[in-house]
Amino acid sequence: MNETLPLPTRRDEAWRYADLGALESVWADIAGQRETIDVPAGETASRQIVLEAAEPNVSVRTLDVHVGKGGRFALHCLAIDTDYGRIAVDVRLEDGAHFELGGAILGGCERTLEIVTDVRHDEPNGTSNQVVRSVLADKATGSFLGRIGVARHAQKTDAAQSVKAMLLDRSATANAKPELEIFADDVLCAHGATVGELDKAALFYMASRGIPPKEARRLMLQAFIADAFVSMADNDAREAMETKALAALEALV
Amino acid sequence: MTLLNIENLHAEVDGKPILKGIDLAIGAGEIHAVMGPNGAGKSTLAYVLGGRDGYEVTQGKVTFGGEDLFEMDPHERAAAGMFLGFQYPVEIPGVSNIQFLRAAVNAQREARGEDPLSAGDFLKVAREQAKALKMDADMLKRAVNVGFSGGEKKRNEMVQMGIIDPKLAILDETDSGLDIDALRTVGEGINAIMRKPDKGVLLITHYQRLLETVKPDYVHVLAAGRIVKTGGPDLALQLEEEGYEAVAEAA
Repeated sequence: MNETLPLPTRRDEAWRYADLGALESVWADIAGQRETIDVPAGETASRQIVLEAAEPNVSVRTLDVHVGKGGRFALHCLAIDTDYGRIAVDVRLEDGAHFELGGAILGGCERTLEIVTDVRHDEPNGTSNQVVRSVLADKATGSFLGRIGVARHAQKTDAAQSVKAMLLDRSATANAKPELEIFADDVLCAHGATVGELDKAALFYMASRGIPPKEARRLMLQAFIADAFVSMADNDAREAMETKALAALEALV
Repeated sequence: MTLLNIENLHAEVDGKPILKGIDLAIGAGEIHAVMGPNGAGKSTLAYVLGGRDGYEVTQGKVTFGGEDLFEMDPHERAAAGMFLGFQYPVEIPGVSNIQFLRAAVNAQREARGEDPLSAGDFLKVAREQAKALKMDADMLKRAVNVGFSGGEKKRNEMVQMGIIDPKLAILDETDSGLDIDALRTVGEGINAIMRKPDKGVLLITHYQRLLETVKPDYVHVLAAGRIVKTGGPDLALQLEEEGYEAVAEAA
């Protein structure tokens, strides 16, 4: 039973942009490791995940979430600080259950950071909302792969994805890959993805008021990633996340 | 004392010459109006002085407070006391007016070696200025210019100018898009904030109407990248009656 699972390959869509070389260094320790979260019917649960630097600097966190009827689960996460970092979450939603994701991917150097979700609306009336903001500098690669599956009888599903990336250097890469599989016919599935650069007119406007370039970029990026955390109900938790995000941004501006 | 001294300024945009030898000196206590037809180079002059990317100075010299202006980055020009009022103020989603202005004021104070203003002190100043310019104080909490009407954006520019309290204001068509009441409020704002013996204003405008409230000491006519005529406030009236073409040709 001690046989290690085979290392993923890029042929598997969910590992399409991953740094498999980096993954190999920790694979023996993490293969098959999943954290299971079961939210009972009608209950509310939330989690925050912030990747942290390690040696070797690779961190993979995998969640397996089941949300019972009318339940609610919120995940807020930061893919930061690691050379290869991955936050993967599989969610199964029962009737009327809700999944909320707010994530930020902040990286420079040659880092590869990713958030991968697979949200399965197995029953009717489920809702999900996913907001991911990436800020990438230098030669970093940030990827969001978001699969949404709506089962044939999961009518009145309402699923939304908003994915935006800001590239601070032309050498950075952002991947945004929504993947919707919808078998029901009375559903709402909205998804939007953009990749852009900081507005030069706004940067000049701020400079003309005396704000130095670094601080101008920081203010704009802070506002940009704040979208990912507005859904956090607990003010203290949100502030803690934003403080960590800001520290990670500091290294990029 | 001369605040701003422009000598033989030539500038181009995308390789196309726009300013073709401008000479202009603004002394302390003076308000200068620059008028002229579309495409004369008025906004280019403002942007060159502000230091916007893409506006290439090819010849000439500008000193601000005795220092070489082109040696300073845009934010350093602001810290040295220059304020550039925009014809089209930029929207900055997610950044509140208060946050933006406090960052601006404190960055300028830091550059000058002064202590930062506390949140409370800053808010007090901001509220006073908003009130003076008849801007709803709630607008200070909203994202910079996002969802503001044209008039509100221009009023917001003046509130910012009041809070920043610059030595020299370069106002690029601050009057465009304003209704008559807003025009008077903005004009009175310019007078209240900038009509002081140690300050100067370069007021770029198409119309004479703003000049009824902000009485300029000098009026310059800019045409095809050059100042073709300079006069007193009467020149603005003459322009209004005879048109730019006639005045530019006579000169």
